[in-house]
Amino acid sequence: MSEMTTSSAGSSNNESPKATPTHAIDMSNLGRGRKIISPEDAETCLQIKNLNLFYGDKQALNDISMVIPKQCVTAYIGPSGCGKSTLLRCINRMNDLIDTVRIEGQILLDDQDIYDKDVNVADLRRRVGMVFQKPNPFPKSIYENVAYGLRLQGVKDRRSLDEIVENSLKSAALWDEVKDRLHESALGGSGGPQQRLGIARAIAIEPEVLLLDEPASALDPISTLKIEELIYELKTKYTIVIVTHNMQQAARVSDYTAFMYMGDLIEFGDTNTLFTNPREKQTEDYITGRYG
Amino acid sequence: MIKQWFKSGSPWVWLTASAVSVSLILVFGLLLLIAARGLGHFWPATVWEFDYQNQSGDMIRLVGEIHDEELVGAERLRDAGIDVAGDGEITRYLLKTGNRDVSGQDFRWVIDPKIQRRETPDTLMVVERREWGNLYGYLNAVQENQQPIDVGGGAWENLQQRLGRVNKIFAEIRQLEKGEIGAINYGLERLRLRERALELKGDTDSAKKSEIKKERAAFNAEYEGLQKQLIDLYAEINRDQMMVSVASGQTIMVPLSKVVHAYRPNDMSVLDKMVFYVKKLWEFVSDEPREANTEGGIFPAIFGTVMMVIIMSIMVVPFGVVAAVYLREYARQGPLTRLIRIAVNNLAGVPSIVYGVFGLGFFVYFLGGNIDQLFYPEALPAPTFGTPGLMWASLTLALLTVPVVIVATEEGLSRIPKSVREGSLALGATKAETLWRTVLPMASPAIMTGMILAIARAAGEVAPLMLVGVVKLAPTLPLDGNLPFLHLDRKFMHLGFHIYDVGFQSPNVEAARPLVYATALLLVLVIVALNLVAVAIRNRLREKYRALEN
Repeated sequence: MSEMTTSSAGSSNNESPKATPTHAIDMSNLGRGRKIISPEDAETCLQIKNLNLFYGDKQALNDISMVIPKQCVTAYIGPSGCGKSTLLRCINRMNDLIDTVRIEGQILLDDQDIYDKDVNVADLRRRVGMVFQKPNPFPKSIYENVAYGLRLQGVKDRRSLDEIVENSLKSAALWDEVKDRLHESALGGSGGPQQRLGIARAIAIEPEVLLLDEPASALDPISTLKIEELIYELKTKYTIVIVTHNMQQAARVSDYTAFMYMGDLIEFGDTNTLFTNPREKQTEDYITGRYG
Repeated sequence: MIKQWFKSGSPWVWLTASAVSVSLILVFGLLLLIAARGLGHFWPATVWEFDYQNQSGDMIRLVGEIHDEELVGAERLRDAGIDVAGDGEITRYLLKTGNRDVSGQDFRWVIDPKIQRRETPDTLMVVERREWGNLYGYLNAVQENQQPIDVGGGAWENLQQRLGRVNKIFAEIRQLEKGEIGAINYGLERLRLRERALELKGDTDSAKKSEIKKERAAFNAEYEGLQKQLIDLYAEINRDQMMVSVASGQTIMVPLSKVVHAYRPNDMSVLDKMVFYVKKLWEFVSDEPREANTEGGIFPAIFGTVMMVIIMSIMVVPFGVVAAVYLREYARQGPLTRLIRIAVNNLAGVPSIVYGVFGLGFFVYFLGGNIDQLFYPEALPAPTFGTPGLMWASLTLALLTVPVVIVATEEGLSRIPKSVREGSLALGATKAETLWRTVLPMASPAIMTGMILAIARAAGEVAPLMLVGVVKLAPTLPLDGNLPFLHLDRKFMHLGFHIYDVGFQSPNVEAARPLVYATALLLVLVIVALNLVAVAIRNRLREKYRALEN
C-alpha cells in the first residue's frame, strides 16, 4: 500500500499538458471530463491484498495490494514480463489452469475472498468476464458464440436468448454488422469484429467485472479505436480492468492506471496524475520512453 | 560435374519421386491384376468343340471353355509319355469341360497338336446348375412330366420361357422356406425357451403353460398351411425337364429346377454378352453362395463384413475417445501416463491372432459363458453368447483397434488451441462443459481420422475372426425380420475369410480361383467405400470446426 499515490481527492481535471512538456503523449484527450478521486475513495469493487504468485520456485508477483474502483476503467501498464497479465488472470482465477502456480494472499470481490475454498470457480468466472489478447471465437455461429454462456446457465427459452444476444451484440457495437448473418460461422470475420464478438460474448452473461487482456494488441488502428470507444461506453455498467502495452491507449481509456515492473506494483493512481505527474522515477522513465 | 549434380539436390528429388512412383505402380498394378483376373470370370467365354486324339490314340470329342493356356517343352511332354513330334515349345490348354456328374472331372489339359478339329458351334449350350457345376452340351428336347414337348429348333425359346417360370417358382419357395417358415421356426424356438424358463423357475402356472400351448398350436397350424403351399410349388417346379446330349455322346435329363441359366455364348453378340456380364456381376454381389462357396454370389459375406465393421466402430469410438480424454485432459501428466501411452502404442503392434485367442478365451468362454448362465439358462446346454458370434468378433476387433483411436484422439485434443478452452472457461464453463461443448466437437475430425484407421485395419483382419465368429457358411444373416432384428449372437460370413476359404479350402480350387480375385477386389472396394464415407464425414466436420488460423 505504501507505493500508492495519494493524490488529493477531488483535484480538478483537465490538467494542462504544458505541465509536463517532456511528455511524449498527447494529453489533450485525457480525462474526458471525468472527476478524479483517488482509488481508495472511490466505491470499491475489488480489493487485492498482499498477493504473491509463484511459478514453481520463481516469484512472479510480489506482495501486490491495491483496490479497483467500481464502474471505472483501471489499466495495467508496464514492460513485457512485468506480471500485469498474470495479475489480471488472478482476478478470475485463470492461473488455476497452470499446475505449477501457487498463490498467496487475497482478492476480495464484494468482501468475499475469491481464493476461498468455498468459492465455485465457474460461478466466479461468470461474475468476472474476460476478453483475451487474441480473438478466440468458438467454431460455432455468431449467435451461438454469444449464447454460449447463457446456455451454460441453462437458458433455453428462444425468445430471451434472442433478446440477450441482440442486446449484447448492440452493446458491443457489432449488431449492425452481423445482424444478417447471425447463424453463419463466427470464424469468418476479421480480427476487429471477432474481438468485439469476444466482448459481446463476455457481457452476455452480465458479469460485474470485465477483464481485458491487451484486447487491441492484434488489431489495426481503426478496430482499436472502436474497441476503445466501446470500453468507454461499457464502463457505465461494468468495472473494467485492462492490460495494455500501449500507453496512449491506457491514457485514453482508463480512469486509473497501475504501473508494474518486475512483479512489483510501482505506482497506482488516477490516470491523469500518473501520466502527467508521476511520483516514482521508474514510472516517469517508462512513460517517457526511456526504457521498457 | 557429377559432384555438382549431387550437390544440387536433384538426385534426392529423383530418389524420392521414384519411390512414390514405384509405390503407385505397385498399388495400381495390384488392383489391376485383381480386377482383370476377377472380373474376367463373369464374361461369357467361347465354348469350343474339339476332336481330340487322346493318349491311347483314340479320337474323343471334348467340349468346354479354354480356361488357361501355357507353353511346355516337347521334351517334357515326351518324358511324360505323350507322343509329340519335334522340339521347341508346344501350347497346351486347360479346358473346362464341366459335366462333373458325367465325367467326374471339371478340367483337363489338352495339347494343341493333338486337336484334330476345332469348332465353335452356335447351338452349343452352357447350363449353369445349382449343383454339379456347369454342363456343356446340345439341347435335344424340352420335357414336361417326362414327356417330350418340344424337339428341334423351337425348343430353345421354349426352354428360356420355362426357365423364367422355374426361377420365379424357385424364388417363391426360397421366400417361403427362409422367410416365413424360418420365422415360424424362430417363434417355436422362443416358445420352447419360454417353456424351459418356466420349468427352471419351478413356475407351474397352468395359465402360462396353456398360453404357450395355444401359441404353439397356432404356429403349427400356420406351418401346415405353408407346408401344403410348398408341396404344390415343388410339384410345379419339378414339372419341366430338358434333354441334353453331351460331348461323350450320352443324352442326359436335366430337371429345370436345378438350372440357373442356360445360354449359348457362341451365338451371343457383344451387346448380349455385356448384358449377360452385368447380370452375372449383379448376381455375384447380391446372391448367396452355392456349391461350397465356389459359385453363386457373396452377399452374406459383404453384409457380414460391413455389419461387423459398423458394430466395431460403434464400440471402439466411444471407448477410445473416453480413454483419450482421460489421458490427455484429466490424468496428471507424469511417468505413469507416459507408461500407459507406451503400453497403448505397443498394444497396436500385438499380432492380431493373439487378440483372437484372447477374444476366444475371455469374451467367448468367460464373458459369454457367464452371460449364458445369467440370462439364457433356458437355452443351456446350447450356448447363446458362449459361442463365437458377431458381437465377440466386433468386440475383439474393437480391442485390436482401440489404440489407433486413442492415439488419434489424443493428437486431436492436443491440437485444440488453449485460447479456445480459456475462452470457454472464462464464460463460467466447468472443465467438463468445456470438453463437451467445445473441445470434443473441435476434436471430432481427429476422432474420425482414428475411426478411419480403425476401419481400415479391422475390415481386412481375418486371423482373429476365425476364432471368434466367422464361419464358412452362415445359414442366416445377423439382421432379419425376427425380433430383436439384430442378432449379435449369430455367426457370420466375412469377405476376408471367404477369400481364404474359396481359395484354399474348396473342393474345386481351379474353378474357384477367379472368384478369389473377384472377392478380393470386392473386399478392397468395401473397405474403400467405408473409408470414403468416413472421410466425407470428417471433411464436413473439419470444415465446420476449422480452428482459428492464428
